[in-house]
Parts: sequence; structure tokens; C-alpha cells
Amino acid sequence: MEKFDKHHGVVMPLDRHNVDTDAIIPKQFLKSIKRSGFGHNLFDEWRYHDHGEPGMDPGSREKNLDFVLNHPRYQDATILLGRHNFGCGSSREHAVWALMDHGFRVVIAPSFADIFFNNALKNGLLPIVLDEDDIDQLFTAVLETPGYRIRVDLPAQQISLPNRHTIHFDIDPFHKDCQIRGLDDIDLTLQHAAEIRSFEEKRRLTAPWLFNNQN
Amino acid sequence: MSSKTLYDKLWDSHLVRQDEAGTALIYIDRHLIHEVTSPQAFEGLRLAGRKPWRTDSILAVPDHNVPTTDRSLGIADPISRLQVETLDQNCAELGITEFLMNDPRQGIVHVIGPEQGATLPGMTVVCGDSHTSTHGAFGALAFGIGTSDVEHVLATQCLILKKSKNLEIRVDGQLAAGVSAKDVVLAIIGRIGTAGGTGSAIEFTGTTLRAMSMEGRMTVCNMAIEAGARAGMVAVDDTTINYLGGRPYAPKGELLDRAIESWRALHSDPDARFARSVTLDAGLVLPQVTWGTSPEMVSAINEVVPDPDDEADSVKRDGMRRALDYMDLKPGTAITDIHPDHVFIGSCTNARIEDLRAAAAAIRGRKVAAGIKQALVVPGSGLVKRQAETEGLDKLFKDAGFEWREPGCSMCLAMNADRLAPGDRCASTSNRNFEGRQGQGGRTHLVSPAMAAAAAVTGHFTDICQEQG
Repeated sequence: MEKFDKHHGVVMPLDRHNVDTDAIIPKQFLKSIKRSGFGHNLFDEWRYHDHGEPGMDPGSREKNLDFVLNHPRYQDATILLGRHNFGCGSSREHAVWALMDHGFRVVIAPSFADIFFNNALKNGLLPIVLDEDDIDQLFTAVLETPGYRIRVDLPAQQISLPNRHTIHFDIDPFHKDCQIRGLDDIDLTLQHAAEIRSFEEKRRLTAPWLFNNQN
Repeated sequence: MSSKTLYDKLWDSHLVRQDEAGTALIYIDRHLIHEVTSPQAFEGLRLAGRKPWRTDSILAVPDHNVPTTDRSLGIADPISRLQVETLDQNCAELGITEFLMNDPRQGIVHVIGPEQGATLPGMTVVCGDSHTSTHGAFGALAFGIGTSDVEHVLATQCLILKKSKNLEIRVDGQLAAGVSAKDVVLAIIGRIGTAGGTGSAIEFTGTTLRAMSMEGRMTVCNMAIEAGARAGMVAVDDTTINYLGGRPYAPKGELLDRAIESWRALHSDPDARFARSVTLDAGLVLPQVTWGTSPEMVSAINEVVPDPDDEADSVKRDGMRRALDYMDLKPGTAITDIHPDHVFIGSCTNARIEDLRAAAAAIRGRKVAAGIKQALVVPGSGLVKRQAETEGLDKLFKDAGFEWREPGCSMCLAMNADRLAPGDRCASTSNRNFEGRQGQGGRTHLVSPAMAAAAAVTGHFTDICQEQG
């Protein structure tokens, strides 16, 4: 997993509730058996006027210039500012891969759907929950200020704004540590392999029907 | 001993270890796999030189990409074909049981798990698919995971989790004729919103749930995720146990007796505490139809499309305007004046035998209306299809002008060739009405199987309670 320590970047506002993972990466792109290459199809149906299919040359497609991702001032954005219930819907991790492949490292929202939140943490895309007032103020600031950049400091759990104000954010210690060190959580879990095995053996005795895969 | 909810019991019985920070290692009993969210996990496993921890916990099936028309020629789309072949290769190589595309037991992963008895009470069940919540209908802890977690379960048989909050949704009373489990769950989502269950595991309780069949309970739990909850569940009772008897993967004989004894404890203790409880009077639930692009944008059949101007929250108001624009609907339009031009009866929400029976019954000898361009029936599995054919349901559908297809996810998410064209309006028994979900520019109205069939034969949404009354 990509490490996350501190990040300074341009903020892109996406002022909609319930941005679902179907919108983030439409289904036709999930046919890929790879983890990469999804960035050009991030928000495909909002971003282009024509219908997208895997393998199309993004340069030849008709862009929807009204969609925020296509605004010149957000071309270098690496921090996405969203609204309530960001990432709802399907469990597709492709949504996180697409955001990261496009260049996003942070998503800030008042709330996230559970599976998306977890998928983000598994890949080094930092999901930050802030309260509605802070979110509203960030939207105002981003819209008023071209090139609006903020600094995200994960070790300090702090966002620094250009006006020198800071906002504290919460993250549980396990995930914080994994992000900062870029840890592979399978390795972490396998450190407890003996415990898993002993749990499994007990379970095999008390509930043997769970280990019966015969038909 | 303190009182526990069903979720507490399932959590505690799978807890391998807990660390000080509150993260837990939870053991996974059943891992269901399909072709879309698994290839990168298998690749990750291979790159790290790891092997699956317990292949006998896994059951795999291709469902998202498979064609629902004649399969004798395979899959026409080369990218879809490669994805299904990749699943076949991974399973063959690692010795994982897979129901191949042309196996009569093939079907939607959330239909075949329970159908085979591969989903059992007291299990933890995961799948790289958000509708895994379906399996909670059996008193199991079941939830969707991303591909990294698919790899994690393959490699370790465990997941690193934080415990969710306990949310009780209690539904009491008798449903009117024509009102189904789908209407109940849509009404719940309309009430608590699509984020109402975020961070929670929902237990559906109450006399209405107790009276529901397993198929109905699966429909309700299936859409727990549409209320924001990764897991939904229903306590075990005789209905659960009777459903499981004789299923291929279910225990038999003395082992079944032992299992039943332990399953009987899978309910919340009478004085168990929930972080929150919501109650719904089943007698007040009418047939539901979504009008927007989120499952919470739902109205009863006797209502009208709401007016965004009545919404106080400005972001929500903009969302409603966008939704109505996308759906090409005007505020104040009677729900019964909405005319779909497509009908889709299928999906992991509503493609079980009871759903097909309800849809067939609602046809009542009529034909698909002139304005309907396509009416599809896609059974949830090969075995559901066969059962329906034994009962003559296929003939009822075909005589009325429906297409009778092969099992798969089909037009629920349109990864195969079954999809809406821009501007098409579909009465769908699936679970998501997001923009583009059933095909770019397509418009989805989520409804019950009976409502979808009634819309097919009348050409508009219809008060099926009055028809059946």
C-alpha cells in the first residue's frame, strides 16, 4: 500500500450528496482484471458526453466542460471535497483505484459509506470525516479561491488552511499507523496465524457442520 | 452474563483476537466469489507467494458478466469472457469449487449460496459484493467487502474489523394483499435514508419479519446496504430451519440435529440493548415506487412525485432537481401516471421462486402493454429457472409477451449485454436506481415483482392492492 504521511494539494469540490461508486466508476470498466488504468474513466458518465467503453482513447472523447473534474482550475487537484454518504452503493474497490489513478490522495466528506471508507484505507487513499460546518466553510473557500490548496498532516491529524486556520480530524490508531507506514495488513494478520489456527480447530470441534463442503 | 443482540452473538463467536485500539480479527466461515471483484485478489495472492488458507470455505460462480441468452456459444464480449475465464482458471488452479456458467446450479451468487445450503445460520459470510447482506436472513453475519479484503480472506480466513453499532428495525403487523418484502424494505429506506444504517448492523425484528418466508427475509436483508448498513440480519426460527433441510451443503442427520440446537440460540436476548430502534407499522405500508436516483427517493403508489421546492436542505434540494431532471419527471405527477417502457424482473433482490410466482400471478391473463419495448424475466439461478418451468411460470410469462432468460445479474447492473438505452424507463425489481446503473442514461424505478409485472401489463404503475383486494 502507498504510504501516507503529509500531503499538500489543490482541492476539487464535488457538491453532491450520495455520490455512488457506480458514478465514480461505471460498470463497463469493472471488466478489467487489473488494478490500474481506471483514472481516465473516473466519473465517466459525468465527465464525458459520449458513452465510454473500455479501451477508448480519452483524448478523442467529448468532454462535459460543465463537470468540475474538467474545469481548468482543478486539473491538478489531489484532494476531493465531497458531501454526505460519499462512496455509497457497490463494494467495487475499482472506485478507489480510479480516484487514485487520477491522482487523488485524500477525500474529505461529512460521511462515507462503510465499504468505500474501508477500501480507501486499504489503498492509501485517506478518507477524512469533518463536521458539516467545516465542510461548508471549505466549499465556500474553494469556490471563492482559484488554486485553493490545503495541507493534510496525518501524523498530527490536522488540516492546515491557507488562512492559517487548522482543523483537527479523527482516525483510529490502527488505520493511522497502517497509512503512515504503508503496511500490508495481510502480513499483520499472518503474524497471528497460530491464533487463527487454534480458533479454527476449536470451531471445527464445536461446529463441524461449518467445515462440511460436501454436496 | 449480559444480554446480547444477535449481532453481538455472531461477533463474539467469530472473534479470534481483539487489540487495545478496538480493531478485531474476525474469522470467516464462508467466502463467496464471483468474477468481477476477485481477479486482482488472486493476482495479489500469487504475487505475494501466498496460498488460500481454506479452499473448502469458498464457493465461486460467474454471474455479473454472463449472457442471459443462449450460452452454447459462450460469451461474445471478449473482455467479459476473459474475466469469466480468469475466474475459471483461478478456481481450477487452486482447487476451489466453482459452478461454471453452464452448470445447472449456476446463478446469482446471493441466490445460489442459500439455495445450496452454503449459507448457514451462525456463519460469517463475505463476498466482494455489497449485496452479501442478503445472507443475514439466515441469522448469519454477512457483508460485502472490497477486493483487498477478498485477498485478505483468501490469505488469512479472517478480516480486520471494528464492531458496528446495533440498529434494530422492527416491523409489526400484517401486510396488505399485494404488499411484499420489497415494499417493506423500500419503505424503511424511505424512512431512514440511504445513510440511515451507516456504521450499523441492522437486525430486522417484529411480527411481520417472523411471518415472512426466507425469500422475503432475503429481499429485506439484501437492501440493508441500500440503507447504508453493511450487514442486515433476521433471527433464526422454524422458517429458517425448515428452509435448510435437505439442501446439498447443509448438515444432515445427527449433525443437523446438533446444528439446529445451536442455531436456536441465534436471536437477540429479550432485554438486549440496541444503540437505536426504529419501528414501522406494516399495516400502513403501501406498494412503493422510486422516482429518483437514490433508493431513498421513494413514494407510495397513491402519492405524487415530490416537489424539490418543499425541501429545506439546499444540497438535498439540488439533488432532487438533478434526479427529476435525469428521470424526466415533473413534481406533482401521480406515481400511477408514470409509464415505463421496459420491465426487468430479476436480480439478487427479487429473482427467487417466490418472486417469480408473485410476478406471474400479477399478470392475471393479460398481455404486455403496447408501450413496453422489452419485458425481461431473469431467474436468479438455474434451479430457480427449472422450478419455475416445472410450475409452468415460464409459459405464463412467455404467453404474456415476456422474455424468459438464463440466470445472472443481467440488467440489474448491465455488465452483460442486457441494458437500457439512454432515455429508457424501466420498472425494475433490482436494488439500485443510480444514474446509469441499468445502462447509461437509463431511468430506473425500483419496485416489487408484482408491481413490475402489473406495470408490464397495464403500461403504468398500478395500485396492485386494489387489483388484488
